[in-house]
Amino acid sequence: MNQSNPAAKDVTLEYPVKGMDFLAAGEASSNIKHALQLVGFSPEIIRRVAITAYESEMNIVIHAYEGVLRTVINPEKIVLTAEDTGPGIAEIELAMKEGYSTAPDHIREMGFGAGMGLPNIKNCADEFTIDSTPGKGTKLRVVIYNK
Amino acid sequence: MKLTDIMKELEAEVKCCEQHLNREVTWCYCSDLLSDVMANASKDSVWITLQTHPNIVAVASLIGLSAILISRGAVPDPETIEKASQENIPVLTTNLPTFEAAGRLYSLLSKQH
Repeated sequence: MNQSNPAAKDVTLEYPVKGMDFLAAGEASSNIKHALQLVGFSPEIIRRVAITAYESEMNIVIHAYEGVLRTVINPEKIVLTAEDTGPGIAEIELAMKEGYSTAPDHIREMGFGAGMGLPNIKNCADEFTIDSTPGKGTKLRVVIYNK
Repeated sequence: MKLTDIMKELEAEVKCCEQHLNREVTWCYCSDLLSDVMANASKDSVWITLQTHPNIVAVASLIGLSAILISRGAVPDPETIEKASQENIPVLTTNLPTFEAAGRLYSLLSKQH
């Protein structure tokens, strides 16, 4: 698409997410979902973004100290990034395996930490990148095309 | 089928959002793992679970479930009811264990398919 300023039609939503704040958990994802509904994306696209947003948000809540969930929306695509400061992921390949989790028991008892979060995100994504530095934090980027 | 049509068979009690019991129910998903529900439950389903904490509400709301049914007499946290009322997600409870609740619901729902 030929545009002089492609950023002009982007809508950016940005939410801070606090580690271990289970009461507020999910609010950022809900806001993102409602914004997409208002804009009129298809239910299938909204479902994929909602799952991506929620799993990313919960990863910050469960594993990180704090982070930011950012969604950039335009008619062609939705780009979601989750950036946190936290312990990071030592072995990304392991973390991507379904069933692998480092979540403690009390988190698992709540039905989290099943080792499905990152695989779920990847299944919903057209593009998926994850970078992590142990001891510093993790950055996840997902692109979902509106097609 | 509507939520009102399944209440009796499930021996269910409404904990909140009674005004939304006319909502459609097309299917059901049973799981106590939140990511599993996110990935695999379909819209307009009833979710049967033993989880009682408020995070179940966000899951139900994000993927458009019609209700949460808490089984085997488990009691939802007050924060769960509060959040569910805000998000318009009916929370139901039953003394039936998950298997029996799901079995009864399967009989009802498969008749309409």
